[in-house]
Amino acid sequence: MTTDIYRADALELGRRIAAGEQSSVEITQAFLDQIDAVEPQVHAFLSVDHHGALEQAAAVDARRAAGEDLPSPLAGVPVAVKDLLCYRNLPTTAGSRILEGWRSPYDATVVRKMLEAGLVILGKTNLDEFACGGSTETSGFGPTRNPWDLDRIPGGSSGGSVAAIAAWEAPLAIGTDTGGSIRQPAAMTGTVGVKPTYGAVSRYGIIAMASSLDQCGPCARTVADAAALHEIIAGYDPADSTSLDVAVPAVLSAARNGDVSGMRIGVVTELGGEGYAPGVEQRFAETLDLLAKAGAEIVEVSCPHFEQAMATYYLIMPSEMSSNLARYDAMRYGLRVGDDARHSAEQVMRATRGQGFGAEVKRRIILGTYALSAGYYDAYYGSAQKMRTLIARDVEAAFQQADVLVSPVAPTTAYRLGEKVDDPLAMYKGDLCTIPSNLAGLAAGSFPCGLDPNDGLPVGFQVMAPVLGDDRVYRVGAALERELRAQWGGPLLAKAPALAGSKLKGDSK
Amino acid sequence: MAVSPQDVSRLADLARIELTDQELAELAPQIDVILDAVASVSEVADLDIAPISHAVQQTNVMREDICTPSFAPEAMLAGAPAVVEQRFRVPRIIDDSNAQ
Repeated sequence: MTTDIYRADALELGRRIAAGEQSSVEITQAFLDQIDAVEPQVHAFLSVDHHGALEQAAAVDARRAAGEDLPSPLAGVPVAVKDLLCYRNLPTTAGSRILEGWRSPYDATVVRKMLEAGLVILGKTNLDEFACGGSTETSGFGPTRNPWDLDRIPGGSSGGSVAAIAAWEAPLAIGTDTGGSIRQPAAMTGTVGVKPTYGAVSRYGIIAMASSLDQCGPCARTVADAAALHEIIAGYDPADSTSLDVAVPAVLSAARNGDVSGMRIGVVTELGGEGYAPGVEQRFAETLDLLAKAGAEIVEVSCPHFEQAMATYYLIMPSEMSSNLARYDAMRYGLRVGDDARHSAEQVMRATRGQGFGAEVKRRIILGTYALSAGYYDAYYGSAQKMRTLIARDVEAAFQQADVLVSPVAPTTAYRLGEKVDDPLAMYKGDLCTIPSNLAGLAAGSFPCGLDPNDGLPVGFQVMAPVLGDDRVYRVGAALERELRAQWGGPLLAKAPALAGSKLKGDSK
Repeated sequence: MAVSPQDVSRLADLARIELTDQELAELAPQIDVILDAVASVSEVADLDIAPISHAVQQTNVMREDICTPSFAPEAMLAGAPAVVEQRFRVPRIIDDSNAQ
């Protein structure tokens, strides 16, 4: 009976709750049980709210019992939230020791919207410290492991969110994406993840990394589930000055439609070739064939300045980040070190930041400080902003020739823990395909497209759409999901090995 | 253009981060490698291209000038490292030059 809960889509769980076939409390308890069972191996969560989640679930059940209409199709469905979003019920740490135990006095807009929609918040998920990383290894509280292979990274920075989904600990999760932090981990865990158009989802109450690039989005097991969550969290918010005051694209109906006939799908020449694993390229090519068979027209497009996207990103992002993280100054919240009446405020500040930040965060702050410092500003930060213009122009031209742009999500599948920790540049290269969307503000999603035949690990297919063309991302994603599932005979995640102690164990052949 | 541990030390000082000698020694070559990898953007430094700070056109936003409730002082102080008389207590702000 409970196995049925785990394998069900989030929208199906919502339907059962609304129909009174299953209670939100029963469903929530099942996911809490799975969390208790597999967390020692996976470490997807930094905090779990057993009591609060069951209380929220009971409230939804009570509303239904009283004959009320439930506020959304996902009312009563549990969700895991990246620990970069402020939520009053649990600590908000950003994966950093400098914020260990800190509690926000308010909820992020995304959290508020989910609570209003009746979603049940299970807990806060692990991430790279301040979302700085692509492996979840830079978390100040230890790494998350990939449920497909516990010796491997789940990707990052939203590694905890996607691992929770892949380990059946939650049917839905919230991630954030600054240079690929939703899409790359989604690819590495065989799950669906979408970065909405910049400004589509409010950043109010989300701890800032690089403000011109950060965007919050849904993580799920199916395209329609991601779209349903997207519709709940998106929308104009006066509390975020970069929030777009426009209607949310109809992403759920696009996800249910999945018709790509006549669509022009542009393969970006620059996002492939040298440095890409053969198994990744193979699955990508096979998936393109499927889309062509489904009626799409495949065209090749060139975005020459994408070759400079990584360099551009690794100047703009650290510059914005070093400014944003200046607020962790040991004065009003968070860690304070050396406050002994002898040291001055500035000495306490230096000591606290030295002790509270991890290696990758320090590396990026130093890099950003360099790029912004007098004498280097024009050559580095100023040039990067000009290059960003050229990348945006490339994208604009490409969308004259194609309705969506596609590429692999990452050049490789999930690597082993520790493999790249001492080689930052190697880790940064994992973001090659995802960065351009953030620089240009595009909507982009990652969809599972098979297992690399060489290592048996998930590969992701990226779909990028113009600003506010989020529905196109879901339309193509849904087509892929339909065609691929027909081949596989079910979802890709069904092929993931069972975790020891998993509540699904009885079900795995 | 090799970045030395002394250069990193100066940057860390600007960024108000205390780094150990070992961290300085490790960071210098890493920053050097990263700067090498990103230096290619400077090819457009002298070109007449409008720089952008946000991908999506931004306009300034005004809100109505209406009073809204503030957070209670207790809520704001709950996460403070040190509190005295309903205020944030901070270390002394003047450096003792000998303690640098």
